[in-house]
Amino acid sequence: MRWIVAPKNARRAAVSALISILISALVVLVVLIHPSLAIQQSDILGLAADDSSEKIVAIGKLAETEPRLALRILPAMLAGELYRHENSLILIENGQARDAVSGQTTPLDISLLENVMVNNRLRKILASTIDGMRLLAEDRGERLKAAQNLAQSATAADLPFIDQAMARETDPAIRRQLQTAWGKAAIGSPDAATRLKAIAALRDEADPSSRQLLAALMEKDGATWRETDESARQAAREALSHVEGRLALGDNLARIFSGLSLASILLLAALGLAITYGVMGVINMAHGELLMIGAYAAFATQSFFRAYVPAYIDWYPLAALPAAFIAAAVVGMMLERLVIRHLYGRPLETLLATWGLSLILIQLARVIFGPQNVEVANPTWMSGGLTVLPNLLLPWNRLIIIVFALAVLFAMWAVLNLTRLGLFVRAVTQNRAMSACVGVATGKIDMLAFGLGSGVAGLGGVALSQITNVGPDMGQNYIVDSFMVVVLGGVGQLAGAVWAALGLGVATKFLEGWAGAVVAKIAILAIIIIVIQKRPQGLFALKGRATEN
Amino acid sequence: MAHGRLLSLFLGASLFLGATASFVQAADTIKVGILHSLSGTMAISETALKETALMTIADINAHGGVLGKQLEPVVVDPASNWPLFAEKARQLLAQDKVAVVFGCWTSVSRKSVLPVFSELNGLLFYPVQYEGEELERNVFYTGAAPNQQAIPAVEYLMSEDGGAAKRFVLLGTDYVYPRTTNKILRAFLKSKGVADEDIMEEYTPFGHSDYQTIIAKIKKFAGAGKKTCVVSTINGDSNVPFYKELGNAGLKATDVPVVAFSVGEEELRGVDSKPLIGHLAAWNYFESLKNPENSKFIKMYKEWAKSRNLPGADSVVTNDPMEATFIGIHLWKQAVEKAKSADVDTVIAAMAGQQFNAPDGFTIQMDEKNHHLHKPVFIGEIRADGQFDVVWKTKGPIKAQPWSPFIAGNDQKKDEPDAK
Repeated sequence: MRWIVAPKNARRAAVSALISILISALVVLVVLIHPSLAIQQSDILGLAADDSSEKIVAIGKLAETEPRLALRILPAMLAGELYRHENSLILIENGQARDAVSGQTTPLDISLLENVMVNNRLRKILASTIDGMRLLAEDRGERLKAAQNLAQSATAADLPFIDQAMARETDPAIRRQLQTAWGKAAIGSPDAATRLKAIAALRDEADPSSRQLLAALMEKDGATWRETDESARQAAREALSHVEGRLALGDNLARIFSGLSLASILLLAALGLAITYGVMGVINMAHGELLMIGAYAAFATQSFFRAYVPAYIDWYPLAALPAAFIAAAVVGMMLERLVIRHLYGRPLETLLATWGLSLILIQLARVIFGPQNVEVANPTWMSGGLTVLPNLLLPWNRLIIIVFALAVLFAMWAVLNLTRLGLFVRAVTQNRAMSACVGVATGKIDMLAFGLGSGVAGLGGVALSQITNVGPDMGQNYIVDSFMVVVLGGVGQLAGAVWAALGLGVATKFLEGWAGAVVAKIAILAIIIIVIQKRPQGLFALKGRATEN
Repeated sequence: MAHGRLLSLFLGASLFLGATASFVQAADTIKVGILHSLSGTMAISETALKETALMTIADINAHGGVLGKQLEPVVVDPASNWPLFAEKARQLLAQDKVAVVFGCWTSVSRKSVLPVFSELNGLLFYPVQYEGEELERNVFYTGAAPNQQAIPAVEYLMSEDGGAAKRFVLLGTDYVYPRTTNKILRAFLKSKGVADEDIMEEYTPFGHSDYQTIIAKIKKFAGAGKKTCVVSTINGDSNVPFYKELGNAGLKATDVPVVAFSVGEEELRGVDSKPLIGHLAAWNYFESLKNPENSKFIKMYKEWAKSRNLPGADSVVTNDPMEATFIGIHLWKQAVEKAKSADVDTVIAAMAGQQFNAPDGFTIQMDEKNHHLHKPVFIGEIRADGQFDVVWKTKGPIKAQPWSPFIAGNDQKKDEPDAK
């Protein structure tokens, strides 16, 4: 039976074979038109595997076989915007959910999906894989950025990309970065001659990670050196001391900078007090709360900008400055008019009364803004830092605060020495009775001078809000420091406060580096006690008759 | 024999009657104390715990209270002032006659109230991870012991996925919890073959706000040839300047990861978390966990924040100590219902083995003996939105070891509190 129908079957088989050939040709055609289908679905799904090692294998495979697709999927994965849905991967591109392979938009609600988890290990590999692929990009800027990134963190896995890029790169700036990157990637090479070349490439790049790689070569595993080759070890030792010499410079500069930064903060906190206490002689325990008012003014300005002009949110600190000055000055003048002026010449009562005022102001802040710290964000132009040396990065917020402190200092000096108000203030503090005789309204001058000191404290508060916590008690942390600066510098003038702030700032930072923050704080207080005992008038006290009484 | 049992029953009953007499007279509410700093350096962390406690109590009251009685919260503010904690605790126990206190965050505050609780035979539920080395009859610890947080976190950092760290910076605020935890960690690291010169310990005072020197030191230490990581036990609002400085100084998690034991969703609210992506925290709960209990818990807290008009109510978050507070109050309620009384001694006995479906997604259990919870451990990496991605977790809850085996002499100590 079966043999008889065979020819018919054979014909049918031939037809079906033809059809299947046609279909497969079609598939090949589709694959050719749509290159992204060439990679196996299972390879791509490896990106969403549970195990990190499997993911790493999948990343490598994807980058090798489908660089173009990889450049679309991997950045999304790095940003945590890659999702798995059954057997497909979804990514977010320009705010839209798309199928990772085909690029078509998908109606899936991604908020219900778990994104593909990336940890630090994967993040590092993803970043360097993406940078590696971008080394071959068309755009020069993109290539330079990738080369810079790799120059910092290249590992052996990046070597193929770097070799490829070095073979075709012509731009000298990029080539220099590539050289360093190559050094870092090749230092683990099994070939001693290659390692020697890598050491030479790292010798002139004084960044911390070169130091780390070179130092690793100098280590011993038990009795044997990590670096087995004698001449390479010699070269590494020489390169290491060269790199360390250059790094030491950065370290010391960084320490001086942090001292300067602390000094600028101390100065801003103390400048207002230098007027109210230093010049007017009022022991104002509520000075810290005036700083707090300034900081809350910054917070209020920020909230206002967020609510009404979110497009200009980055510029709120500029608007916060006048707001803080006015708010603190008004509060200060009210304190002076209502309480302090009745107590002139009675320092103990002033001390107690202003301390009470400070408690009232703290509680008021608690009632209005709540007891918890509020968030005052750094605007983008104050985030990040300026890289001066590979190991010396100056944070923008601290740089700007140093400049700001100098500006406030100059403005104060100008007001006191160049304006009529300043003239009156100096006259009243030097000889109140005589000033009144020649027609100076001493009561009004007292109020204005106190307002000026308070307003400057408000400005300090804005600066503080950029680097520390804003809360009702924040003033308490600065009142002691402020008095230290003013008393140490010598009551009665600005220059003393400047030198005292500088001295305290730099000394604190060097002590901290040497003995830790807790001991540094104790040591600084001890030093001040000794200094005050030896020189009760402060380091830079004014000499003359006016200050005697 | 029968005679003895009868006698002890009688004695027990009379004790029970004597102790509960005050509650019988005090109409039909049970007073519950809440002892958290609402001002000062710890307010950043503790205020949310007070709110959680009030929310949980309101929820229990809305569902009929405990033993048919409404709970009446008594809130005091010890203001981040450790001796004041003891005073306020005494006030709660002696004057307000509360049946139980939920409170404390820092170990120094807990240590300062302990004598009060044992003297007046009060009951404290402590909701925060801590250093162990303690087992008090009057305290139930609903936060993690070191083996439920610190040790797994460091093990993770030493694993390939965690970056195979070889050098460790132990950075903390200067008080008992960081010092003890770091002592345990140092012993643990030594047992894993880490040399002393590969460990750096640094401490800062409470409220410290200038982290430039510390970050510079970390950078220098990290540049010495081996993969370095930072284990941070910084507490309170110092974390905000620390993380700000970390972000500005460009210390990336892929180079030097920082794992923190006291930083959660709440502390990160005040920080721009974009530069901090990938830094880690180890806890027994994260808000980002997906399970029905957690969704309920988050929803409940968000609605509570809105109804109470809390500052920033639309962006409130939940975190581990809040979950531990929530669990603690429910376990206490269950124990009171089991004991049919809010009397401290009977509740302590009834607490053993209590179970609860927690927002961490597991049915967790109070240990039969050691007053600690069996908890799962999660390690999370900070995301751009200030939440955490869980990158590692235990298979299930693990038992607490309040007496860490990494401290000499602890093998002699027994795993239960001394009887009264």
